[in-house]
Amino acid sequence: MRMDVTDEALARAAAGGDRQAFGLLLERNYDRLLALAFRLTGRRDEAEDLCQDVCLALPGKLSGYRRDAKFSTWSYRVLVNAAHDRRRRDASYRKAAEGWGEVELARTAEARQAAEAQAWLENSMRRLPEDLRDTLALVLEDGVTHADAADVLGISEGTVSWRVSEVKRRLKEMKEEER
Amino acid sequence: MSDDFDDIRRAFKEVTPDADPDRKRATLARAQENFDAIQGSVRGVRHKSERGIWSRAADGVTTMIDALTTRGGLTATTALVAVGLVMVTPQGRNLLTPPSKPATVSEDQPLIVFEEPAIDGKVERREMAEADLADAIESPAPELGIVAEEVFVDDLGGQSLERARPVEQFAISEAASPSAKRLIVEPEIGIVVPESDTEAFSNAESSPLKVTTEEPVSTFSIDVDTASYSIIRSSLTRGMLPPKDAVRIEEIVNYFPYAYPEPDSTHPFEPTISVLPSPWNSGTELVHIGIQGELPAIEDRPPLNLVFLIDTSGSMQDANKLPLLKQSFRMMLNELRPEDEVSIVTYAGSAGQVLEPTKAGERSTILSALDRLEAGGSTAGAAGIEQAYLVAEEMAGDGEVTRVLLATDGDFNVGVSDPAALEELIAEKRESGTYLSILGFGRGNLDDATMQALAQNGNGTAAYIDTLSEARKVLVDQLTGALFPIANDVKIQVEFNPAEVAEYRLIGYETRALAREDFNNDRVDAGDIGAGHRVTAIYEVTPVGSDAVRNTPLRYGDAEVVGDTSGELGFFKLRYKTPGATTSILLEQPIQPNGQPVSDDVEFSVAMAGFGQLLRDGDYLGDWQYSDAIEMATAARGDDRFGYRAEAITLMRLAESLSK
Repeated sequence: MRMDVTDEALARAAAGGDRQAFGLLLERNYDRLLALAFRLTGRRDEAEDLCQDVCLALPGKLSGYRRDAKFSTWSYRVLVNAAHDRRRRDASYRKAAEGWGEVELARTAEARQAAEAQAWLENSMRRLPEDLRDTLALVLEDGVTHADAADVLGISEGTVSWRVSEVKRRLKEMKEEER
Repeated sequence: MSDDFDDIRRAFKEVTPDADPDRKRATLARAQENFDAIQGSVRGVRHKSERGIWSRAADGVTTMIDALTTRGGLTATTALVAVGLVMVTPQGRNLLTPPSKPATVSEDQPLIVFEEPAIDGKVERREMAEADLADAIESPAPELGIVAEEVFVDDLGGQSLERARPVEQFAISEAASPSAKRLIVEPEIGIVVPESDTEAFSNAESSPLKVTTEEPVSTFSIDVDTASYSIIRSSLTRGMLPPKDAVRIEEIVNYFPYAYPEPDSTHPFEPTISVLPSPWNSGTELVHIGIQGELPAIEDRPPLNLVFLIDTSGSMQDANKLPLLKQSFRMMLNELRPEDEVSIVTYAGSAGQVLEPTKAGERSTILSALDRLEAGGSTAGAAGIEQAYLVAEEMAGDGEVTRVLLATDGDFNVGVSDPAALEELIAEKRESGTYLSILGFGRGNLDDATMQALAQNGNGTAAYIDTLSEARKVLVDQLTGALFPIANDVKIQVEFNPAEVAEYRLIGYETRALAREDFNNDRVDAGDIGAGHRVTAIYEVTPVGSDAVRNTPLRYGDAEVVGDTSGELGFFKLRYKTPGATTSILLEQPIQPNGQPVSDDVEFSVAMAGFGQLLRDGDYLGDWQYSDAIEMATAARGDDRFGYRAEAITLMRLAESLSK
């Protein structure tokens, strides 16, 4: 069933204390946040933990939600910041550079094709530096423009565009290596 | 876009996992709790001050809001408990995550506060916190009134919030739309403040320690309800400790089947008294009273007249309410015999009979009536009860058992909403010989206090149904017990021997205490025992001369202990009436100190009594902990045919980690 109340309206209502609006807002956005969290971490369990952290923290963060901000962009920013936070925390446990993927990948490889895609993806993602990886994770989301990604990451639009082209260049290089 | 870019997009599409529904639900529920807690702490006062407006506002509004309350809707108390947990205990973080998760998370990190300075005190961290703060200052929270208006406009533009809820959350009811419209045309009501914290629990202070010389006699009514246990289970499985007032120890103990010795033919039940050392205090003993009701042959049971009184108010439409109720009743219908009669009365807005008394043999008629039930409107509890009793009286015949089964989420918000007035109404109806059972469904506005009051006054039991298997336990496995009383007004009185027992306390039964003189007064109502029911009561007693005696003797006027050298710890008396009788029968026996080893059943019930006390604070337990209760319960699990005890042990483990 389609719903015509915008996320922005819901977020404003939630910031004003409307718990239904808040519940609905999360319900609508959870899957999208989880998908982004997965692209940022490459691990299902990490993604779900990250997503949980964000969801539980959102009630406290909503007061900082700006009326004119796009909710999706705003929520991605919260998520990306939380992901950075987690990485920093994890850094004492293992090298951050290896932080994408592993463990979960291929464990539940029901379909070989998926496993292959996963292996390729893992390989490619791991060879990208963190900032390119995060940028890629964001722009792969439908409807996220370079301007949006810039907003989320707190960098200029030009930097995002450069990073995207850099990602493409490196992916192409990797592919050529394979041949 | 380049091919490589598309490749990676496609690869992501393939490997990105779908959200795990359980995890999602749990996360959303906890987020909602955080939301409530924050709202509660910020705007607690406003909630109260607007209550008046809300009660004046159209009932439909309340109903719609109830309907919108997510399944995780909670009382302020529960939410606060949960948040206290989240903020204080690092373990809280992993409660809903399988334990197999590798330790990638610093245990010292609080769960939800990103801004919290890290142990490793990185500078970037603090910068981020300040940036966030600046963000917040720059854009203060919008004016409440304006927000409300905007939401209403948005609603008008599109569909109501109600209709927009995802289908799997709960069935969408057309009936709820009018109330949604009313919400829209009454913008002066202001911001939508959910009435979510309406759960009310019935309980009293823990029974205090009594000094035998001052008060040698303890009197209480038996209680075979189990609602408290189910409420505790529902809280714990959602990752929070139950509110203390929701814990009634006797109901936790009595939830489990115990194989106490069967009664002989003289009385419909048999009390078995054992004395065992207390597990939590080496200086005290436990007097364990187990009462086993007889189980008459099912084939001999009298015909049943059942009136299903079903709350179909808007708040009942959650999946764990009306739909679960329908499934439960369908299951129960299979257990009825063709000559039993069933009638259905609903109450929502106005009360109405949706099924004339029908023989249970006509299954399709009953099932289709059941299927037609839909949630919508407000709850006119009193009118429904009146009508149900009227129907029941019409159905009653000689030698038949008539019972009203009231299924509700406990939201009596129209008509006689004062529990005292409802109690009176039901106490009056009780005289007609009709029994009343209360089945509670769902959480959020569960009015446990009213449920208890009604069941206690209606010669009935209260059970809380949170899952289909609980429905099976209450309605099917224990159909006989739940529906056929074998003894009414069962009261217990224990007189302790001051020569042997210095102090004693009754564990649980706080809400069932009776005055000493009520024991012999047959007009005073008390609990009923159904076929096959077992009832357990446990006293903790401190022998004279024990180190564990807490009260020092008085300097003046301490009554001289009149020596009774029989060695008896006390004297047990029980009164009951056979169903329909007006005079009671007395059963009595001395309590002997016996060194006999006790059965697993007794051990398990003691472990559960300990568990209940831990949930309530455990003032008398010393350093006895959840781990001790778990160990004791595990050792005494017995054959546990239905898995009830294994489940209890799981709950104890949950409570243990939650309490840290």
